[in-house]
Amino acid sequence: MGSNMAEAHPVGFQWVMEAKLRGARVVHVDPRFTRTSALAHQYVRIRAGTDIAFLGGVVNHVLSNDLDFREYVAAYTNAAFLVNEQFADTEDLDGLFSGYDPATGDYDTTTWDYEGASQRETGPMETGMGGPRIAGVAEIAQDPSLEHSRCVFQILKRHFSRYTPEMVERVCGVPPDQFRQVCEAWTSNSGRERTAALIYSVGWTQHTVGAQNIRAGAIVQLLLGNVGRPGGGIYALRGHANIQGSTDIPTLFDLLPGYLPMPRAGQADLTAYLDRVRARTQKGYWEEADAYFVSLLKEYFGDAATSDNDFGFGWLPRINGDHGTYRTTMDMIDGRVFGYVVMGQNPAVGSANGRLQRLALANLDWLVVRDLAMIETASFWKDSPEIETGEIAPEQCRTEVFFFPAASHVEKAGTFTQTQRMVQWRQKGAEPIGDQRSDLWFFHQLCRRIRDRVADSTDPRDVSLQRLAWDYRTEGSGDDAEPDPEDVLRRINGIDLATGRTVDTFTDLRADGSTACGCWQYSGIYKDEVNQAARRKPHVEQGPYDPEWGWTWPANRRLLYNRASADLGGRPWSERKRLVWWDPDRGRWTGNDVPDFPVSTPPGYVPPEGARGPEALRGDDPFIMQADGKAWLFAPAGVIDGPLPTHYEPHESPVRNPLYGQQSNPTRRVYPRPENPYDPSPPEPNTDVFPFVLTAARLTEHHTAGGMSRLLPYLSELQPELFVEVSPQLARLRGLTHLGWAHVVTSRAAVEARVYVTDRMAPLRLDGRVIHQVWLPYHWGPTGLVTGDVVNDLLGIVTDPNVLIQESKVATCDVLPGRRPRGAELTALLARLRSRAGITPITGTQLVTTGTEPPEEGP
Amino acid sequence: MTERNLLFGPEDDVSRDSGYDEHPPRVGFFTDTSVCIGCKACEVACKEWNHVPEDGLDLLGMSMDNTGMLGANSWRHVAFVEQRRPAGQEGGWSLPDEMTAQVEPRLRAAPRGGSELGTTPLPSPGSGAVQDLGMPTFSRPGDGTGAEARTDFRWLMESDVCKHCTHAGCLDVCPTGALFRTEFGTVVVQQDICNGCGYCVSGCPYGVIDRRPGDGRANKCTLCYDRLHDGLEPACAKACPTQSIQFGELDELRERADRRLAELHGQGVAEAELYGRDPDDGVGGHGALFLLLDKPEVYGLPPDPVVPTRFAPEIWRRVGTAAAAFAVAGIGAFVSAAFGNRR
Repeated sequence: MGSNMAEAHPVGFQWVMEAKLRGARVVHVDPRFTRTSALAHQYVRIRAGTDIAFLGGVVNHVLSNDLDFREYVAAYTNAAFLVNEQFADTEDLDGLFSGYDPATGDYDTTTWDYEGASQRETGPMETGMGGPRIAGVAEIAQDPSLEHSRCVFQILKRHFSRYTPEMVERVCGVPPDQFRQVCEAWTSNSGRERTAALIYSVGWTQHTVGAQNIRAGAIVQLLLGNVGRPGGGIYALRGHANIQGSTDIPTLFDLLPGYLPMPRAGQADLTAYLDRVRARTQKGYWEEADAYFVSLLKEYFGDAATSDNDFGFGWLPRINGDHGTYRTTMDMIDGRVFGYVVMGQNPAVGSANGRLQRLALANLDWLVVRDLAMIETASFWKDSPEIETGEIAPEQCRTEVFFFPAASHVEKAGTFTQTQRMVQWRQKGAEPIGDQRSDLWFFHQLCRRIRDRVADSTDPRDVSLQRLAWDYRTEGSGDDAEPDPEDVLRRINGIDLATGRTVDTFTDLRADGSTACGCWQYSGIYKDEVNQAARRKPHVEQGPYDPEWGWTWPANRRLLYNRASADLGGRPWSERKRLVWWDPDRGRWTGNDVPDFPVSTPPGYVPPEGARGPEALRGDDPFIMQADGKAWLFAPAGVIDGPLPTHYEPHESPVRNPLYGQQSNPTRRVYPRPENPYDPSPPEPNTDVFPFVLTAARLTEHHTAGGMSRLLPYLSELQPELFVEVSPQLARLRGLTHLGWAHVVTSRAAVEARVYVTDRMAPLRLDGRVIHQVWLPYHWGPTGLVTGDVVNDLLGIVTDPNVLIQESKVATCDVLPGRRPRGAELTALLARLRSRAGITPITGTQLVTTGTEPPEEGP
Repeated sequence: MTERNLLFGPEDDVSRDSGYDEHPPRVGFFTDTSVCIGCKACEVACKEWNHVPEDGLDLLGMSMDNTGMLGANSWRHVAFVEQRRPAGQEGGWSLPDEMTAQVEPRLRAAPRGGSELGTTPLPSPGSGAVQDLGMPTFSRPGDGTGAEARTDFRWLMESDVCKHCTHAGCLDVCPTGALFRTEFGTVVVQQDICNGCGYCVSGCPYGVIDRRPGDGRANKCTLCYDRLHDGLEPACAKACPTQSIQFGELDELRERADRRLAELHGQGVAEAELYGRDPDDGVGGHGALFLLLDKPEVYGLPPDPVVPTRFAPEIWRRVGTAAAAFAVAGIGAFVSAAFGNRR
């Protein structure tokens, strides 16, 4: 679901085909019939943005028919935990949970607490990998029978009780017989003897309920016992090669390496920071976050970091809110950001609301773009569509652009971390030509030059640069000097400062400053002074999990939480699905994978009172990073928009939420501003102006925003032009012909494309009406061998509250025949549409809609 | 060399019959379209390795296919076929006529270096009258009541390539020797010898080989002859992520194809069939065989291809007769002229 794996991840899809050859049943749920659907046993068409309703229906099917893997659920999840008496569900509050504050658009999560324990209120930007801290996990009230009305299991049951097959049809447009087939396939391939895998990609994340889509998938998989077991799991296919690596060692404003949260303004010292990250009374390995964090500071600041100065904690920058890419872009328009460095991204084409992106770029003092090719983000000042409308004038655009040609992945050594968390070393295949340089060279040289500039500075803000231990082994000298990427990897692995040798694994890290480590979760990747990621032992020469091919974080473990592959007594749930198990003779966990559990903690272990961290894990606590050792069906904290996923309509939708008065996610982040209008959605009026559902995605032939494909003839010729896919029914309705022209319009933009009339698109019938969906690929822009309008111009900026990702997988639109108007006529058309729809900057920004009357049914 | 007929019918050893006494086993492709995901990696890998030029940046609109057909500048071509059928019916797939009606004329109009022979694009069964794209007359889903009113849909993908025929029409008609049979049993053009006459273009019953616009010389898949010499598999097979394109020794591939066909038939995929497997067919069987999920013509492949040399003996017999007649006539003329001189 939410993935077009065959097209977006064709190399990974070979394993789906392999599984299919071995008898696996493949089901594809998607708004459109794609190349993935073509290879699936069953294809289910769904309305874009209704995945939670579908998955909630599956949960309801499982729980109403007692199809959950009860032994697994009762022992390994928080199903038995009781929740605070004050908690009120969306069923009670018409789509809101208890604690909602309409003034801030956020929840006070106190009432979501477990009974007996407390989760200090924590925003996700403060929690990091281990999830929110929980104080007093030993005191959590439980009902192992799962019958208490306030236990998580019963709350879950009530929460999804109205998600019936009939409701799934009303919301998603999926006929009940098709839905039942999916439920039966999923449940009959789960349990003790069988497992089912769930795959998602950005079709799930790029929504105002993105994080909750994944929560919903996780709940289904946990209820069916499909987590931590071979053939099970939730596969988060990343949007691009090494996106996994770029979140592990992040390019995100709110995280430090290893999913340690970025310090926030107001955290005076190291203790204050660590107290927000973890509670000293919690279970599991995140309790040792202090060791990971102090080792990171030692890696950053070397000898300058001592226990006397909090290991340089004070030198780290602080955040005080949203500093994400969209916030920053809007701050450029508002004149609050003056310079911008863009690498490996083409926001002028690839980010939502392209016009806003380009207007922002045009309001900078300077802009640095490092890329393989001259992309639109560097050339916007002379080729933007805004030049035609007069909004950007090349001769007046004030932005000074510096373009740095970058070396490609074959022109530099380094690593890729893929979806399975496997890190694979890449050799340099060719020398970069001309001025092309590696990222390492660029950052090394930038750092060298900046440090020269601030060497004599007495400004306190420069201390961190002055103290930085930037001492990588380099090749070349002066302006040619470039850090040795293997030395960087070694420093990421971590060093025992007493011996100068690499540490073996993250449990060797210490909070006393005796170890340095660039990213705790990668500890072991340079074990024994050997680049473990470069291992290439063939499949035929090793066991079923190929431990000597590359290296997988953490600890070269192929399956996370694999303790759950064994029963409470430590025996595999089934011989067919054996992975790790307790060896009573040797007194340790063993198996085909590296056990993801304290290796000598027996299955029946009960920790003594006062134990903390890894020692506090019971023998049946497989989820060793969670503060309570259990998988969370119910999230008592850490998710901004609710402890359970709930069906909310997309921010822009032609449909009134049939489940609750609350139409859309009440905590979604809206950005009311003139450049960012929203199409109206129920209960607002005039939703007939943009009556269709719009979704956008990729083609296998092109690369995201096109920077790596629109300049290549062999890829450009395979998909030479922007097109819009419509069903024959919609074509008839709007007078469109195959290969003719049409323009898709929203309140933001009009984008013209050639028409593809295809049975791969089909209207949905739901709640007595027909809903048409429209799809476009988004790869084109004004430059390259093949050009086209920027599809992302159609989208507004509205984001998920947890991770601030934009809702780019669903919006509303209309489709009109013929080419779009140009210049002033285009501006006039958009103004006319906005006026017809009654759009003001307030449209779509009213967060709470409970208690409003359902609107008149549309045609 | 052999005294046997080399013009048609089964042949156990094409390489020996072409003069290689010592030679490696015959190799080829088995393209299993049931696992093709239509990624076109084969097309790109082929072009990268063989320096085949870009083939035009034109939108064809035949489903996801913008390559259209094999030619001088496209040695691999992934065909996409969108089909629907009434639910509950076995077989009976049909092409959406609207799409073929739009695309067929475009395909025909596409520039080709050679002749039109053997290049018939996707046929549209029962079409011709249907030109009303976008205004189809079927009803909305759910308008009907029962399952029979709904439509099912499937999307076929197939990576097409030169068949490296046992009896290769292109090779047999080549007057310069530019086309030759390799020791691997494959058929390769040598561009430095080709004089661009184009006979091979009309000699191929599949429309595979074509002349390159510009220099006019014939081009087609070489089964990566250079890579074979280095013990490497062809670029397309190497790049294929799902092993839809399998490279190997032909005998082994035929067995593999038979096994896969039996497997699919066992799973109820009754329409599955092998194409180019039969040594008794019109070209003596392919070096590149295919497992198809429908009739060959659905994919734009000729259902019963016959190599032109199949008719060579018959032609020669007729040519012989004609020549004899000409000879008689010629002598007659000479004789009459002689008589005339005497007169």
